[in-house]
Amino acid sequence: MVSAPVQAAPPVRAPAPVRRLPRWVAPVAGVVAVVALYVAFRGRAVLPHDDDATLFHWLNDARDWVDANRNSSPIFIYVVNYIRLGAAELFTLIQSALTALGWPGLVGLAAGLGWLAGGWRIALVSLAGFAGVGVLGFWEASVETLALTLSAVLLSLLFGIPLGVWAGRSPRVRRIVTPVLDVMQIMPTFSYLSPMVLLFLIGPASATIATMIYAMPPAIRITSLAIQRVPAVTVEASESLGATGGQTLRKVRLPLALNTIMLGVNQTIAAALAMVPLTALIAAPGLGEDLIRALARVNVGAALVPGVAIVLLAIVLDRVTRAAAQRRGGGNRARAVRWGGFAVLTAAGIALTPVMAQEFPEQWQVQIVRPINDVVDWIETHWYVFTGFLNDTVAYGLLNPLQNVLTSAPWWLITAAVLVFAWRLSGPAAGLVAAGCLLGVAALGLWAHSMETLTMVLVGSLITIAAGLALGVAAARSRWFAAVLRPLLDAAQTMPSFSYLLPAVALFGNGRFTAIMASFIYAVPVVARLVEDGLRAVPGTVMEAARSAGSTDRQLLWKVQLPMARGSLLLAANQGIVMTLAMVVIGALVGAGALGYDVVAGFAQQEDYGKGLAAGVALVLLGVMLDRITQGANGRRSPHKKRNA
Amino acid sequence: MGTAAIEVRGLWKIFGPKADRIIGSPDADLEPAELRAKTGCTAAVRDVGFEVRPGEVFVVMGLSGSGKSTLVRCLTRLIEPTAGELRIDGQDVRAMSAKQLRELRRHRVSMVFQHFGLLPHRRVVDNVGYGLEIQGVGRSERNEKARRILSLVGLEGHEESYPEQLSGGMQQRVGLARALAVDPEVLLFDEPFSALDPLIRRDMQAEVIRLHREVGKTMVFITHDLSEALKLGERIAIMRAGAIVQVGTPEELVGAPADDYVADFVRDVPRAQVLSLRWICRAPEPGEPLDGPELPADTVIHDAVPYAMASDRPIRVVADGELVGVVSRVDILGAVRPGDGPLVGAAPAGAPGEA
Repeated sequence: MVSAPVQAAPPVRAPAPVRRLPRWVAPVAGVVAVVALYVAFRGRAVLPHDDDATLFHWLNDARDWVDANRNSSPIFIYVVNYIRLGAAELFTLIQSALTALGWPGLVGLAAGLGWLAGGWRIALVSLAGFAGVGVLGFWEASVETLALTLSAVLLSLLFGIPLGVWAGRSPRVRRIVTPVLDVMQIMPTFSYLSPMVLLFLIGPASATIATMIYAMPPAIRITSLAIQRVPAVTVEASESLGATGGQTLRKVRLPLALNTIMLGVNQTIAAALAMVPLTALIAAPGLGEDLIRALARVNVGAALVPGVAIVLLAIVLDRVTRAAAQRRGGGNRARAVRWGGFAVLTAAGIALTPVMAQEFPEQWQVQIVRPINDVVDWIETHWYVFTGFLNDTVAYGLLNPLQNVLTSAPWWLITAAVLVFAWRLSGPAAGLVAAGCLLGVAALGLWAHSMETLTMVLVGSLITIAAGLALGVAAARSRWFAAVLRPLLDAAQTMPSFSYLLPAVALFGNGRFTAIMASFIYAVPVVARLVEDGLRAVPGTVMEAARSAGSTDRQLLWKVQLPMARGSLLLAANQGIVMTLAMVVIGALVGAGALGYDVVAGFAQQEDYGKGLAAGVALVLLGVMLDRITQGANGRRSPHKKRNA
Repeated sequence: MGTAAIEVRGLWKIFGPKADRIIGSPDADLEPAELRAKTGCTAAVRDVGFEVRPGEVFVVMGLSGSGKSTLVRCLTRLIEPTAGELRIDGQDVRAMSAKQLRELRRHRVSMVFQHFGLLPHRRVVDNVGYGLEIQGVGRSERNEKARRILSLVGLEGHEESYPEQLSGGMQQRVGLARALAVDPEVLLFDEPFSALDPLIRRDMQAEVIRLHREVGKTMVFITHDLSEALKLGERIAIMRAGAIVQVGTPEELVGAPADDYVADFVRDVPRAQVLSLRWICRAPEPGEPLDGPELPADTVIHDAVPYAMASDRPIRVVADGELVGVVSRVDILGAVRPGDGPLVGAAPAGAPGEA
């Protein structure tokens, strides 16, 4: 018997002879230095906004060149124009198919698919959702939005699933695809639009392609994950019986990955529905058109109704695909019931089509624009003391001072501060990338507007993270609070992002604060959930050990749970910031200005196209910068971890 | 011997970068841990050689990490060997094209896995028919065949179930049926019963013994369980750190372990139940009576106990009609006694020339 050596522990180290500085000294010194430099150099080396930056003109010239050569350059004649025609053709095909079904046919088909995916409950949700869209008086626009969504989703899946399978099979492909997807998911929706217009003009084709690109990352990512998760032993068993690669893919990998891939379809649809309304900015038809027009006129009622219609579509598509993803194979009889119900419901709808009117009957529609506007007016007059106070507090207390500082500080000081901060938090690579992005923003000639956007992002994230942390901690500590919060958070996460603008506009009117409130509502659920999950993931044995040592609840939280959940907390911060950026940009639709406005203006005015395109790029750079600063956090992309892998 | 079902010579599998450069270099003789520290490569199978006779049950046994699962996967190149010679039924497996290799896996060698590897979205009958489906056999034919095999492994009535509706033992019967359905010459078992409860494991072992009697396939059986190895194996190869330490019958392993490692392994085996009289008989001492009961030399010691009890004369041990020695009560008691005291003879008396 060999017993383990007991004296293996290293000897206790003698206390270091030189007293080291306390840990807070370096950060405080850094802050003091930045403040001192700011005071000394304030107002110097600032980059004021210039609408006539050379780069904007150069981009306009590029656009003009493309317009002039659209029908002569081989790359357009043989490639780009065909892609545009194909996308337009697909959209038209789906739209006419959906229209040909007639509204009863489409409602029947939706109910049938709901039945197929998840039985009578989901069928009822589908039926109610689609009928509701008609009742709201937006049937035709909804069909257009649906057609646009379906074309984009179809294309996303057509390219995304094979790419995902490939990435799932080959680690090399995965290494190339993952960082690209990471950046794609940080990019705010607006950034996708300008380049699409350049290549594919405005209209449904461009909208379909932009939406496809925006919606593809989840399809690729989740398919790849699903393929990787197929148990190796099952694949090996198939190979040991002499299956070819194709046979194993068709008979083993894909069937086993199917449910997870359906979840990818679900996420792809959600992303597409978040994007499609915004493509109205590049002249795509559908509900977005009504919505954005109404937002521009600050007619909350007129914006809310199409907004609700989109939310209804989102809920139906989410529930149907989610049910399909959870479905388990049953026996023959269950299969017969499923397909039978589907056939009956669809056939019933289609049979009713010739009988009923082509249009959704007017007597069934409800007019709720006016009552909503009355309510909004009432809120405006009666709650003004409260909403105005909140608005002014944030505007004068946080937004204006911060914006003053950021726009009056020398550009090199901000860049240096970002470099050092990101370096300290996430490592040298992240610091350099973040600072590089900021320099890129300066080079684009959009420094001042970027600082305005950054101001809103910082204030919005601050509020969001604070609230999300509080909610998450509360949910992790109280079962009943979690039980109340969960369904709310679930519901919030299925909504298309811009729909959060609507309640914010109703309460606070137009302006920066509305954009911040919208981003708050948009990002808080995700932050709260990540915080709660992180705290709950602390192993029970550790908690038990701490409790048995006599910790109070407070000590447990501060000394055990929060430190152990550090990774999730920083991930929550990262997600909160990236989502806030995405929403603040969309806030340009409700008068938040800054970079988002530059993008929107680029679509509206010919001569502003260059600035809009540059603003789109600046948004990407800002997004990457914010993500890199907080990525050290993020664990999955930390440079330190990668080295070990 | 050209008649071997499986013939392995100098087989190596090294995982890691530039693995093929290690073989033949002095690094190849390093212990696995040293090799990993020096080159970053892991030698899972090191210079392994053995032969399996047609119809034999050949057991490879070793602790986890000894390379036995890698070895069995190398046999049909589910894991590509780094070097060595590999023949199944005289054909060079390493020289086979992808297509020939698929044919080998489809028709001649099939495998049973520790974690079953069943397809959860298919019914039992479709799981069993999977190998035939891959070969392009029509649905009715493969269903008919699958049903027949299912009744052979005692699963009739469960054809329409899904794997998750069955217990672990029944799932492994499906795995067994799937391997048998293609009517292979060789069955490979990779720790098939390790994930099962002890009682079910015993049933399944009996099942394999029964099937071996009924269908008479060549079997290569991987296990980490010595009692399973002794129960099933006609010959057993003991693996340690990627290399085979000893190959022999259960008797040879227990009676004459090649080194301390094997000796340590078989220490707790009740030797009287494995060894035959050949291992403990000795030349009669002068004056010893030679009119006791007569038993063949390959009688297991345990089975000789009643004879020793019935007569106080030493048992006469006979092989091929000739007396090879005698065994007294004391000798039998010595063999039955637990512990690791030395046996009477270091090698069996009158053992056949070839081990």
